[in-house]
Amino acid sequence: MMSGMAFDLIPVWVVIIALSVFLYVLLDGFDLGVGMLYGLAPERDRPMIMNAIAPIWDGNETWLILGGVALLAVFPLAFAIIVPAVYFPVLIMLLALVFRGVSFEFRFEQPWLQRFWSGGFSVGSAIASFAQGAVLGSFIQGFKVEGRVFAGSSWDWLTPFSVMTGLALMCGYGLLGAGWLIIKSEGELRDWARAMGQRCLAGVLVAIAAVSVWTPIMDPAIAARWFSTPNLFLLAPIPVATVIMAIACFAALRGRGPDVAAFFAALALFLLSYLGVAISLWPMIVPRHYTLWEASSAPGTQAFLLIGTLFLMPIILTYTAWSYWVFRGKLRPDVGYH
Amino acid sequence: MSLDPLLLSRIQWAWVIGWHILLPAFTVGLASYIAVLEGLFFFKRDEAWYRISRFWTRIFSVSFGMGVVSGIIMPFQFGTNWSRFSDATANVLSPMLAYEDLMAFFLEATFLGVLLFGRRLVPRWAHLFAACMVALGTLMSSFWILSVNSWMQTPAGFEFHDGRFFPVDWTAIVFNPSFPFRLMHNVAAFYVTTGFVVLGVGAWLLRRPEYFEDGRRIFRMAMGFLTVFVPLQIVLGDLHGLNTAHYQPAKLAAIEGRWETAAPAPLTLVGWPEQKAERTAYAVDVPVLGSLILTHSLRGEVRGLKTFPADERPPVWPVFWSFRLMVGIGLTMLALISVAWLLRLRGALYRSGWFLMLCMWMGPSGFLAVLAGWTTTEVGRQPWTVYGLLRTSHSVSPSLTGPDVLWSFLAYAAVYLLMFPAGIAVMARMVRTGPTEALPDVPVEGLQPSGPIVGLAEKA
Repeated sequence: MMSGMAFDLIPVWVVIIALSVFLYVLLDGFDLGVGMLYGLAPERDRPMIMNAIAPIWDGNETWLILGGVALLAVFPLAFAIIVPAVYFPVLIMLLALVFRGVSFEFRFEQPWLQRFWSGGFSVGSAIASFAQGAVLGSFIQGFKVEGRVFAGSSWDWLTPFSVMTGLALMCGYGLLGAGWLIIKSEGELRDWARAMGQRCLAGVLVAIAAVSVWTPIMDPAIAARWFSTPNLFLLAPIPVATVIMAIACFAALRGRGPDVAAFFAALALFLLSYLGVAISLWPMIVPRHYTLWEASSAPGTQAFLLIGTLFLMPIILTYTAWSYWVFRGKLRPDVGYH
Repeated sequence: MSLDPLLLSRIQWAWVIGWHILLPAFTVGLASYIAVLEGLFFFKRDEAWYRISRFWTRIFSVSFGMGVVSGIIMPFQFGTNWSRFSDATANVLSPMLAYEDLMAFFLEATFLGVLLFGRRLVPRWAHLFAACMVALGTLMSSFWILSVNSWMQTPAGFEFHDGRFFPVDWTAIVFNPSFPFRLMHNVAAFYVTTGFVVLGVGAWLLRRPEYFEDGRRIFRMAMGFLTVFVPLQIVLGDLHGLNTAHYQPAKLAAIEGRWETAAPAPLTLVGWPEQKAERTAYAVDVPVLGSLILTHSLRGEVRGLKTFPADERPPVWPVFWSFRLMVGIGLTMLALISVAWLLRLRGALYRSGWFLMLCMWMGPSGFLAVLAGWTTTEVGRQPWTVYGLLRTSHSVSPSLTGPDVLWSFLAYAAVYLLMFPAGIAVMARMVRTGPTEALPDVPVEGLQPSGPIVGLAEKA
């Protein structure tokens, strides 16, 4: 279908979108995780926990919009099939993000209102995480498609598998959030974050094992992708690296190494899981129905957007990095930030 | 009665965008205003400007936060409820939506953090720069999203085959015929809306002796601004109307409540449009004025709705009346500014209790005008999503059932009815607190554990 084109831009876009989605999962992942931990934390530490993400949360959520509109721009057919198929998880996620977002601004009212919005902050974070995991799970499962439209019902998404992936992502974001709190805190709060991180890590490892067993059983194509020779050997580094990173993350959560270690080990686990899903599904963007190439937008559309994106992306990454630099360092309740 | 997913999806869309648009209507203007205040503080080093800027920045952060969360919902609506519209138009519209995100949202969100929390963490110039970047971001966002909206009204630069739109000329797509006028009219509307909120709050502060001086600064600045922008907006509105007359004659005929083609055409001031009977009952007409306004000539022809097939006419009543509401508010604004100048020339402006009260009541008027104008242009586009080419009924997601959309609409309704009153209450409390923050002279504790989050960086 792309024959006669001078350049096939799809691989470039796959890299850009994969990067955007990964950055979203990483950045909003840790602040959703921090949001969930907030609900479990002792009252005294809560304001400081919120301050660990207050200056950066809305920038992080901007990556979600980018993921959505880039999918629309480059793979519009996938967007038009997948989004209606996950109507309710998307609805639940959006409304949860509303609660979570406004609670940053609304918490400083009368005490009872404060409790309400604090609750909205942590419960909203948890529900948004679950809904994103459920979207991922139903995406991996695949959708009923006829022609160019989703032909199933708005409740097809709800299956044991998608519930499991929803819970898995809650654990995963919790782990990232704990890693972030370890970086930003000291003393008792840091010890607490390490303990919470260990529980989340346990959940994450169970989930990774479950997905690794469940998906090949569910889909013979995925089984063939991983267990046929020579793939079995070529892909072996991924499970091996996952085990190594799990051990490294556990060690970091026990207090070994620098404070950033747990966060980066968690990040590596996310990256490996992400890679695992990509390998299972490649080259489909609507699993079992459309490949990346079949679902893509007009070449002129891709080219028009690519010119600006290649120019703007480095700028965005630069000033995002700058704002993280401005707000660097440990949070402390008694003295200044710098 | 069976539930119609199309109708419910339209109601849901109107609900989420109607609430959302109130926030950019406020934050676009406020971001520019704050950038100016920060500039005044930077160059004049007068603490009053700092106080006033802090006062508005706190309010801005609440409205901006609400704008972000209600805005994230919007692009997902394209997928959840309007998937066939997305599939058909993505080749043309999606890059512009993506550019809005890349150019505007990242800029706003990132630099907002520095604006709110970073005053003591970055040099003064960098803080001013952050304020300017937030303002620039809001304007860029307006640029791209209004380009998308304008293309749906006056599509250009594309070819249409296999039920889908394909781009041919990006300049023609982005700068489609109604875009320059819509952009100017809309941004001016946002500025005027903010101007009236600022004026209203300024009037409130003037009535409190302890805030009189700051109130006077705020009020005077808003007055000067509105003196230019309210008349300008009326001129821009007229230009936009001429553009509509040329490219969307059915919408214009609905605005006018005009069923029969006429030359010269009268102007119908008020009346009761009846869609089925194809007439406007109880019409109060002014002869020839319609031609004069719409064609800028005494004998110009104005096309009537009957020249369009019945299934290509917009619902006339809401278009007719929302337009009159918008224009009525605009003229009231003009009258208010005129009275203000009369009082000022007599030297009685800042002490005139009844007039300050009037200004307070006019504070939210811009929001109403924005919603009314938005209704005129969007309902006037019906029954199309892409004018003349793609019907609204062919745009909705095919998999949705009535109950699906009913549930989602009820969920959005409940959450918005909780969020918006709460947000307004928080901002009202900030207004009542007044511009009280003194310039801190001790090193500021960057991220303290207590106190309003927006005040963190400034709290001594």
